[in-house]
Amino acid sequence: MSYSKKLLDHYENPRNVGALNDQAKNVGTGLVGAPACGDVMQLQIEVDEKSQKIIDAKFKTFGCGSAIASSSLATEWLIGKNLDNAYQITNKEIAAELSLPPVKIHCSLLAEEAIQAAIADYKKKNISDSSKEQEETEESDSNKNS
Amino acid sequence: MSIKLPIYLDYQSTTPIDPRVIDIMLTTMQNDFGNPHSRSHSYGWRAEELVEIARNQVAKLINANEKEIFFTSGATESNNIAIKGVANFYKSNQENHIITVATEHKCVINSCRDLEQEGFKITFLPVQKNGLIDLNQLREAITKQTALVSVMAINNEIGVIQPLAEIGKICRENQVFFHTDCAQAFGKIPLDVEAMNIDLMSISGHKIYGPKGIGALFVRRKPRVRIKPLFSGGGQERGIRSGTVPTALAVGLGKASEIALQEMHQDLQKVTKLSQKLALAISNLTHTYLNGDSQNRYPGNLNFSFAGIEGESMIMAIKDLAVSSGSACTSASLEPSYVLYALGVGADLAHTSIRFGLGRFTTEEEIDFAINLITSKVQKLRNMSPLWDMIQKGIDLNSIKWQSH
Repeated sequence: MSYSKKLLDHYENPRNVGALNDQAKNVGTGLVGAPACGDVMQLQIEVDEKSQKIIDAKFKTFGCGSAIASSSLATEWLIGKNLDNAYQITNKEIAAELSLPPVKIHCSLLAEEAIQAAIADYKKKNISDSSKEQEETEESDSNKNS
Repeated sequence: MSIKLPIYLDYQSTTPIDPRVIDIMLTTMQNDFGNPHSRSHSYGWRAEELVEIARNQVAKLINANEKEIFFTSGATESNNIAIKGVANFYKSNQENHIITVATEHKCVINSCRDLEQEGFKITFLPVQKNGLIDLNQLREAITKQTALVSVMAINNEIGVIQPLAEIGKICRENQVFFHTDCAQAFGKIPLDVEAMNIDLMSISGHKIYGPKGIGALFVRRKPRVRIKPLFSGGGQERGIRSGTVPTALAVGLGKASEIALQEMHQDLQKVTKLSQKLALAISNLTHTYLNGDSQNRYPGNLNFSFAGIEGESMIMAIKDLAVSSGSACTSASLEPSYVLYALGVGADLAHTSIRFGLGRFTTEEEIDFAINLITSKVQKLRNMSPLWDMIQKGIDLNSIKWQSH
């Protein structure tokens, strides 16, 4: 397979390899793919609760060179973004940046899914809090009105 | 001694030409351009003489008569001629059944599939976990309609050696022809068409340090095996394979066979020693699995699965080694190896398989280099594999509900 220079750089010098504490409340973990399909991506984000910005991201990937490079690139793009913007990252952007060969497009799709899964996990962990907060505000609001 | 990178460890796909073969081919091309089928002048006679010497050299290596050797373009063509040729000749005798094996080379499988389309019955024997066929299953599969049994000698992907002598005996007892694809075995391990009761054998030039574009088919004369040729033409090669025999290529295959006859023992000893060293080092990495039987195998083919590491990324990491993988990601089809699948290797491990092929020109320095590289890269890739974390924690990968695509 002939790969672009950018892709090879991400494969040979992967950014942000590793794991975050998945028990932490402000860490979201996405695990997508399957060993039988030849690729599994684990992508984690650490979110600053106040600003809703991603302050760190880590990945571990079992997969081909494209899968490893796609996840490496994804972590690079995630750090510094707020959750809404992070959610907007598409597989097309990843595929274009790395010049993925057509047969490897699914690797970028997997990265997109991993990002979304990580964000979803973070939101799930924090949903009770945010809804609680909301309820509290509503309560205080109603108190004010009375 | 400096090592030339990448180190060639893909001897199953092809082999470098032995310099002694190149020498004689060059001389032939320079001096003997005649058509070996020209009967009217000395140019033709000389070329024919050279072709006949080569035919004899090929025959000697398998204990055959030179009249039983037919030059073809390679093992793919030989397999096509053998399978389709026998099937089409004997179908008039109500023999329309062929037995072969699930792990055969694609050219055998697809020749059989083509015949299936034409109405022949094909039995694809399964293999056991070690890659070998069960002889009882072979016995049971043979019927009165069976014309041919086709079982390869050494498997190209995993290196296991099927029990040829036992298969030949069963076929002879049942009066069924026995064809064997010996592309990977000819010149590498001792083969004897008499002792093994082989009726047809496919041979390749470029797997035994000879040139590409030449191969041979052995067709037994007594009892005679008859073949309906695939090509229409001038009737060269006793009508079995029309077309001008390429003199220099035939001479190259002949010379390669002669060298193999003299040096097989020495080659095998060296390859065994280097293979054992490499296999031990890979086994020491833990969670690596040798695919195929550990005893009945050609040592020059080591096919290992590396748990937690996908094959293509492994190949990229060890790019200083020229190897091949059973992983889907290195092929256009996105399907992992059908051979490993037939052995019951799970798709997860099939994706992690790498084939290391050693041969006549592999050196100990090269193997030492390979061992160091593999060891460091396996560590690097496992450190970035989520599956490796799970394996380390003792989590059964099958217990996880994966989101398959």
